[in-house]
Amino acid sequence: MSLIAEDIRVSYGRRTALRGVSLTARPGEVTAIVGPNGSGKSTLLGAITASLPFDGAVTLNGRDIGAMKPWELAAQRAVLPQASRLAFPFTVIEVVRLGLQSGTAGDSPDVPMRALARVGLAHYADRIFQELSGGEAQRVMLARVLAQVWTPVADGQPRWLLLDEPVSSLDIAHQLQVMDIARSFARAGGGVIAVMHDLNLTALFADRVAVLAEGQCLAFGTPGEVLTDDILSRAYGCALRVSAPPPADIPYILPHAATA
Amino acid sequence: MAALSEIETAPRDRLSRARALHWGLAGAFGLACIVSLQVGATNVTLLAMLAKLAQGEALSQMERVVLFDIRLPRLAMGMLVGAALAVSGAAMQGLFRNPLADPGIVGVGAGAGLGAILAIVLGGLLPAAMIDLIGNQLVPVAAFLGGWGSTLLLYRVSTRHGSTSVATMLLAGIALGALAGALSGILVYMADDRQLRDLTFWGLGSLAGASWAKVISAGPLIGLSIGAALMLGRGLNGLALGEATAAHIGIDVQRMKSIAILAVAGATGAAVAVSGGIGFIGIVVPHLLRLASGPDHRTLLLNSALLGAILLVLADVIARVVIAPAELPIGIVTAVLGAPVFLWILLKRRGLVEK
Ligand SMILES: Nc1ncnc2c1ncn2[C@@H]1O[C@H](COP(=O)(O)OP(=O)(O)OP(=O)(O)O)[C@@H](O)[C@H]1O
Ligand SMILES: [Mg+2]
Repeated sequence: MSLIAEDIRVSYGRRTALRGVSLTARPGEVTAIVGPNGSGKSTLLGAITASLPFDGAVTLNGRDIGAMKPWELAAQRAVLPQASRLAFPFTVIEVVRLGLQSGTAGDSPDVPMRALARVGLAHYADRIFQELSGGEAQRVMLARVLAQVWTPVADGQPRWLLLDEPVSSLDIAHQLQVMDIARSFARAGGGVIAVMHDLNLTALFADRVAVLAEGQCLAFGTPGEVLTDDILSRAYGCALRVSAPPPADIPYILPHAATA
Repeated sequence: MAALSEIETAPRDRLSRARALHWGLAGAFGLACIVSLQVGATNVTLLAMLAKLAQGEALSQMERVVLFDIRLPRLAMGMLVGAALAVSGAAMQGLFRNPLADPGIVGVGAGAGLGAILAIVLGGLLPAAMIDLIGNQLVPVAAFLGGWGSTLLLYRVSTRHGSTSVATMLLAGIALGALAGALSGILVYMADDRQLRDLTFWGLGSLAGASWAKVISAGPLIGLSIGAALMLGRGLNGLALGEATAAHIGIDVQRMKSIAILAVAGATGAAVAVSGGIGFIGIVVPHLLRLASGPDHRTLLLNSALLGAILLVLADVIARVVIAPAELPIGIVTAVLGAPVFLWILLKRRGLVEK
């Protein structure tokens, strides 16, 4: 009952974006994918979510995703894209309900409101989606995704949250809130894969980290194993030092020190 | 973090409002039907006829002809064409994720017209067996094929990686419309006298030539297409989030898109085949409904069918009475009423295109 990607290769025309990446994500854990811009993180997530053609194999809870119907996949995993646009003036609550329409059994009709409350936007239910700020819109989309797989375990199988940069446009308080939602989902038995840019949040919330660079997986392991000077410097192409305090006169704010 | 108990008010329920609108529009449609049967060039009126029937008198030959052979088929055709145009507008806007997509504006109507003209001018060259098979459906079916080809081409040209470029769509539509118009022009030159008569009979942007024969030839295709479109509500809602996300929430996107394109082509094609191009219904009707009860396609499509039928039937009444005993082509009436509304939409929502 895991999400296993094996030897994933993807090319866009003649440009190769992924050259054989393997990844195993386990339920109960938050698996983070980090790496520089263009390293193939979104592409890997695209393969895992069956949204682009790829070579290799992806199995979700023991089944090959290539053999699953869209609605079977939708019942087991929800996907937050890196950027979302909406074509018509739906209200916030209507957007969240779109996720529910996948008709996954047993979801009660108040799930959309509860999902909105979970991201702290219950009082925004009647706002027009297009009129939200970037961060608000991102949280509404997260609520939609949560509504789709509201219970982390269904029919004895884990369900999955696949998130592409879920905190990219959020303030620090909401970054912590959203990562906490992801971790609670995992602790309740679901699985989470999140593409991340913030290495501090990754260190705080991820159970496993995959480091991608130039379409390959440079390292995979716990944050302690993977977030090292050597690996990060190689991945990002600049000299990085882990847990080194900055010069004394420049303030620094780490999420580690935040309390609710 | 906000708990559920902090939420004092339940969210606004636009879906129930839209469902209530089904009934309101159905009632309004009934009224429009009565008005349409009541007025016309002769001073035969529905109410007078009903009064006669109520007193046990028989209708005169003239009254029966006016009612059953002139006004009823005209009403039926107005209803079919109006519903077809409005539903194909709504479906196409959902498919292209853009409120400006309309079969008339982006050249699908012109493509369908080309199909109809091809069938009239060159239909005689088809093998006899095939003509027997298709019979009086030939012109609508050809218009459907023309509309289908244009929609497919348009979608191919303007949609990349699941997102549609509005500018490309509109420009491609202009090119497509011009090409189809030019080819149609060439065919008209090639037509002989009898075919020219048929051409004028088929397409003038008018319901003037309404007959039971036309209703029967276009009705099935329109009914089928509207029926198919009405099942697309959930899929088109999902598509509003983009193709990838639609798939993620469990929609079979390719299948849904194919059905939407077929439905748009069928409804537009059959409507164009019997009435020529009638503009603005497809864009104004769904837009007004979105303002009234939101963009949810599960109700928008049916409401569009109803409001489209109402507006076209009423526009036809206007076309018949303003310069009676002559009559205006209905396309002029819908343009005079619809174009200003369309401009007003653009003025109020300048952000519509940039998005
Ligand atoms: N649709 C596309 N067509 C062509 N090339 C693409 C396409 N999408 C991505 N690429 C290329 O594939 C590579 C990987 O892109 P990807 O979007 O997976 O990067 P990423 O790791 O998610 O980056 P970011 O951190 O900027 O989101 C990049 O070089 C990118 O330019
Ligand atoms: Mg990315």
